[in-house]
Order: sequence, then C-alpha cells, then structure tokens
Amino acid sequence: MLRIEATSHEGEPALLLQGELDIYAVLEARDRLGHALHEREALLLNLSGLEGLDTAGVQVLVWLKGEAARLGKTLLLFAHSPAVVEVFDLLQVAGLFGDTILIAPDAHDGQGQPGHRVSTS
Amino acid sequence: MDLDAARQTYIIEARELLEAMEEALLALEEAGDPTEPVNAMFRAVHTIKGSAGLFGLDGIVHFAHTVESVLDRVRGHQVALEGELIGLMLEAHDHLGGLIADLQADQPESPASRLQGEQILARLAPHLGGGLTKAAPQAPEAPEGAVREGWHLSIRFGRDVFRNGMDPLSFVRFLGTLGRITHLTSIFSSLPQREAFEPEDCHLGLEIELDTAASRAAIEDVFEFVREDSLIQLVPPNALVEDYLRLIRALPEEERFLGEILVAGGCLTAHELSQALAVQKQEARQEGARLLGTILIEDNAVPPPVVAAALDKQKKAAERQTQELRVIKVSADKLDRLVDLVGELVIAGATAHARAAAAQGGGGLLEATQTVNKLVEEIRDNALSLRMVQIGETFNRFRRIVRDVSKELGKAIELEIHGAETELDKTIVEKLSDPLMHIVRNAIDHGIEPVDVRQARGKPESGTLFLQASHEAGSIIIEVSDDGGGLNKDRILAKAIERGLVRADAELTDNEIINLIFEPGFSTADAVSNLSGRGVGMDVVRRNIDELRGTIEVETAPGQGTTMRMRLPLTLAIIDGFRVEVAGASYVAPLDVVIECLDLAPFLESEENHLINLRGEVLPFLRLREVFRIPGERPRRERVVVIQHGELRAGIVVDRLMGEFQTVIKPLGRLFRGARGLGGSTILGTGEVALILDVAQLVQLAAEGTAAPSRRALAAPTH
Repeated sequence: MLRIEATSHEGEPALLLQGELDIYAVLEARDRLGHALHEREALLLNLSGLEGLDTAGVQVLVWLKGEAARLGKTLLLFAHSPAVVEVFDLLQVAGLFGDTILIAPDAHDGQGQPGHRVSTS
Repeated sequence: MDLDAARQTYIIEARELLEAMEEALLALEEAGDPTEPVNAMFRAVHTIKGSAGLFGLDGIVHFAHTVESVLDRVRGHQVALEGELIGLMLEAHDHLGGLIADLQADQPESPASRLQGEQILARLAPHLGGGLTKAAPQAPEAPEGAVREGWHLSIRFGRDVFRNGMDPLSFVRFLGTLGRITHLTSIFSSLPQREAFEPEDCHLGLEIELDTAASRAAIEDVFEFVREDSLIQLVPPNALVEDYLRLIRALPEEERFLGEILVAGGCLTAHELSQALAVQKQEARQEGARLLGTILIEDNAVPPPVVAAALDKQKKAAERQTQELRVIKVSADKLDRLVDLVGELVIAGATAHARAAAAQGGGGLLEATQTVNKLVEEIRDNALSLRMVQIGETFNRFRRIVRDVSKELGKAIELEIHGAETELDKTIVEKLSDPLMHIVRNAIDHGIEPVDVRQARGKPESGTLFLQASHEAGSIIIEVSDDGGGLNKDRILAKAIERGLVRADAELTDNEIINLIFEPGFSTADAVSNLSGRGVGMDVVRRNIDELRGTIEVETAPGQGTTMRMRLPLTLAIIDGFRVEVAGASYVAPLDVVIECLDLAPFLESEENHLINLRGEVLPFLRLREVFRIPGERPRRERVVVIQHGELRAGIVVDRLMGEFQTVIKPLGRLFRGARGLGGSTILGTGEVALILDVAQLVQLAAEGTAAPSRRALAAPTH
C-alpha cells in the first residue's frame, strides 16, 4: 500500500511517500505524482517512509524525472529510505535522477553509494 | 501466467526436485558410483535455490545456498559424502521440504523452523572448508582457484514482465549470487512520455558485466521465466569485437548509445568501437548481406571449427528443448473427465452396434459401427494408459521409511525393489499407499528380528525387505516380503481365542489361522511401538484392498519370513466383460477371470455337494439363481462358467451365455453396497442394466458352500 501525504521540506511544500511503491501502486502513483508535478514548479518527494520499492516503482520515478525535464521543472528526491538506497544501488539508477545524462560519470566503479549522490543542483 | 500460477509451478517443481534429491541420497547409501547421485542432488538444490531467487524467497535461497556449497565440495572430492553427512543432508532435505510446505500454505517460517534451519546450517558449516562458511554472494560453480571471467549480459525485458509477477530486481540480486556484478547500467530509453506511459508495462533494459565462473547455461537459467518475451544476449568472456558488434546490431537502441555503454563497461575500447561501427556501416551498404557466420569466417575472425561447434551447440539446445516438451503435466481431474467420457463413448458405441445389428443389412451399417467400435476400443486403451503410472515412485518412498525406522529400532534392514516399472492406475496407486505403508511397517516392526536374534539364528545380520510388483492375467501382483521370523501360528491362535474371534475348540488349518490377522480387533504386538500397534490393524489393510476389488494373501514360514501378496485390478473404470443371463437379466463377469464355459449336465459330479468334475479336477459350483434368490424354473440346459480368482476356481451356473462385452463400471447405489457377489453395475447397449459379478466373493462363497462344517467355525467377516 502506498500512502502519499503533503508535508514540507526546508519551507517548501513536499510530498511524503510511505509504504510500498510497487507494481500494485504504480497506476495511482503515476496519476497523483504526475498531477502534482503539473501543479507546481518543483516537486519534492520525501522517500524516507518507503519500505518497499520494485522495478515498476523505480520506473515511475524515472518517468516522473523525464516529465520534469520535458516541462522544464524540477524533481527532487530526498531522504532515501534504506530500501530505496538498496534498489537504486542494485539498478544503478541514482545517476538518472542526479542529472540528465544517461550514464553517471562515476558509475564506472560499479560499487558506488548512490543514496547520497542523488541531488538536483 | 500470473504470480500465483508461477509460484505453484515452482512449488510443484521443488517437490519433484526434493524427491529426486532424496532418491539420490538413498541411492548413495547403497554401494556404487556416487558421481551421478551427487550430481543429481547438486542440480536439485541448485535449481531450487535458483528459482527461489527469482521469487525473492530469501529464506530458501539462504538455506539452499549453503547446502549447495557443501554439495559442490562433495562434487570436487573435497568432502566425502558418507555417514553423518548423509544424515545431515537428509535433514537439510526435510527442512527444505518444510520451507516449501510453508510457501504453499502461504505462511511465514515459524521461529522453531528457523532455529532448526540455523542449526542444520551450523552443522553443515564444518564441511564447507575455510572461507566458505558465510552464505554470502558466491559463485557456486566456481571451484577455488578457478579463473573468473567477465560475461556481458544484455537484457531487454518484455513488456509484460511486471504483469507476470516478475521483478527484474530479483534477477539482479540473483546474478549477484552467481558472481560479482562489476558494472550495471539500467536503461529506460523506451519509456513513453506524458500519459502514454503505462506504468504496468516494463521498459527496463539492463547491461551487465558479470564476473563469474558459472556456465552459460547457469546464467541463462536465471532468466528462465522471462526468456520467452524478453531479449537476452550473453557475450562470453574474452569475446571478439565482432560479438559485441553483433550484440549492438541486435538491440533496439541507437548504436552509439549502446557502444558507449560497452565502452563504459570496459568490454570495448573506444577505438575498437569506432572501427567496428565503420565496418558495420560498410557491410550494410553492400548488397546481399552475408550471414554472420560467413562474415566471421571470411574475415578470418573465427576459424571454421569454432563456428561448427557453435552450430552443434545450438542444435543440442534445440534438442533439449524438444525433449522437455515431451512430458506435459495434466491435472488428474481432466484425465478423469476424459476417461469418464470415453466410458460413455464405449456404451454409446455398443448401443449403435446393437441397433445396427437389429436393423440388419442397412448398407454396410454393421461394418461401419464395427470399425467405430474398434477405434473406440483403441481410444479407451489409450485413455486408460494415460492414467497409468509406474509403481516405482510409491516404492521409492519406502526407502526412506525403511532407513529411518530400522535405525530407530536398531535393526539392520535392506530394501530391495523389483518391478518398479510396473504400471497401474493412478487411483489405485494412491489408495494403495496406506495399506502398503502399514504392511511395510509391520514387516520392519514385527517381521524382521533384531540383530542379536538374527545372529543367534544363524541368519545374516542385516534383514532384507522385498517390494515387488508384476503383472499377471489382467491383475497386478504386489508383494511385500521379509526374511524375518515368520508369523507365529500358536500366538495368533491364542490371541484369537483370547479375543473371542474363534472358539477354543475350533479346528483350523494353518492357512485359516494365519488369515485371522485380518480379523477386526486383532493385534499381536507384544509392545505397542511407535510404528504399528496403533489400533489400525491388518483388518483395515484388507478393507482397503477389498475396496480396490483386490485380494490379499499371506505366506509364511517359521524362521524364514513372511510374504504379503496383493492382487489388484489394473484399472477401476472399464473392464472387458463376459455377459451371461439368468431369468432374462444380464450379469457380467470380468473376462480375464473366465477360464471356460461348459454345459452343466455332462460335468456334474454331485448335485448335493455342488461339485463339478472338470476333467478330473473337482470344483465347487453355485447357481446365480440361488445366490441372488431369483424365483422361477431352472432351464433344462444349464451352463457353467468356470472362473478363477487367485488360486481358487469355481463354476458359476447360469441360464445362457451371451458372450464378450466391453463395459464401464458404475458403482452400485448405497442400498446395494452390502449385496454379496455384486461388484457394480453397467448399462448395456440396449439401455438395460446389467450387474457386475464380484468374482472374489463368488469364488469364496462357492468354496464355503462345499467346505467341511468345521470351517464355518470361523467367524465369517460378512454374511
């Protein structure tokens, strides 16, 4: 079960994701997060409450990142939970969220710690 | 396919693999070359672990991993699989079975089970040798010191992978257990924009560098469940630039993009890539593109033998695939339905034939129905053979029981199996399992003596239990024999008198005394052990066998052993029958028990004692009229059908003989269950009902009817 709550981050409005972002939740996640992105200039997602994330969930986030880029908006993921860090690490997708290039320049070591590399500047 | 179905398949497969593992383990205990059993066990555990990884069943992966590692060391002759380790492996096998059972019941592993698992792992640890004690990601097929090489895996998952209940993450996790992932790039390049994005479609592609000594097949197996709709390419270690070029050609993404990934992963240098791409462009411009193999050979990139070997391998893979397809699983319900329908078809065919015969000369109608009937017969045989299974699997289950129980009792017992390939109906096999278990346990518990007694009697220390199956005239014979002490007649008789089963002054033959063990409420066990003597006696065994329309007999010799012989029909559904008539009503006897047919008068020996003389052999007979109390006059010319059941023969006197007749057995209604001499009913082509004779009971009745009065002192089981 995925729960999405309004919260704030450093004074900015943000969304707190809790529970599982998985295949059962991706339709809802696409609609609600896609809608949220359209409503504001910057979408801030707090991932600290995510207990589970699967490839389908990652795919929604990747799509959201692409939409943000297409619309010239910002998507910021922060406070990754251990579950998110593990999955991002396995799939080496931290780079996708960090900036717009497809291959993260430092992904070559293959043993990166992507959790805290994810930031939009 | 949804997740549940895939899991169900996994559970079934795991069960079969565990069975194979147990069989292999037990085979190890017998002498012989251990290589094949060890390999079989390794494969079983490896596959269980592999598939568990795909479903994210970490508990099973964790446990199976260590077991697999130990087996791997056994394969590498670093550890000897004997004595204690075999026992430990059996425990590990049982624990895995428990984990699978939990999975099926959809319940989490209990703390007790987890503790047990950890204990088994702890005891396995010493067999792992140094450095392998932790079930960390570890290439299972990598013997120490082997050269690890880098594979390149290029995967584009199919659209429906998520919907089919798969998560590519688990593949990545599992690859981590095969070796070390040195580089991984996730590609979402085909992801549609805006609302065109269907989040339940899978758009993931993976480019992976995997350092492993695992074989190509092992890596391919990881993707077994997604192989069909996904694009999966493996490039072996030390591959030529061309191989990567081929990979690039096969993938949907833009060349340069992929090339960069390959360069990033260290498979290609940037220089090699640009050269390769240039060559490819040039090739593309040429007319009549050459086959890849041709290119490689002509360009001297690969010597011809290599290509031949590759083709050969491809062919073998295709062959393997067809072999896998040769066995399919069908639910038993569907088979039952088919057999049921074929049964109806047999009846309908008979009806058509009867009508055609009655219509007389309808332009070859009779011939046509005859052909149809012949085909129906073949279909019937085929349908029935679908239900036939080998008894071996049931027998093999006893290996474990014999092993465990004999250990528990401190007896040395060997099990010998003969005729494991004998086939019989699945329903019968299922219903046979319990009585067989009881007989085997009895033999172990009461039959075979403890070691010291055997030594004192001058027998080999180790007792032997035989399980044997064979076909005999439309029946299957199953024997359980032991070389133990045999049945003690005096004790059986004393017990039977004590229990009031026979009168103290009854004169019984040896055979009758022995058959007392089948009487309800009889048990001779001096001590109630863990195994038998639980109140379920041989009477239940006999009842089970009776229900299967079979019989059981005992042969025993003091000090030499006991044989329990069960005679069962091959199938329960359809029989070839022999139809007879009494007072206008039809009765059917199974054709395979009919020995011959005679006129009564010339062979009559004694009307009073109901005996006929068949060329010197005196047989009892009985009249169906009398058995079923049918009123009316006996015809002037009576006929006898001589039937045989087991060792006994008897004559059944009827009015008319009607000939062979194929029939589907329908059970009798509840009201008629107690009717003696009847086994079922069937519907004739004309729509009339015919009753099927219970030959076993009739032969018994005939024998009793002519027996000496003392024999009736036996408490009859039924009336």
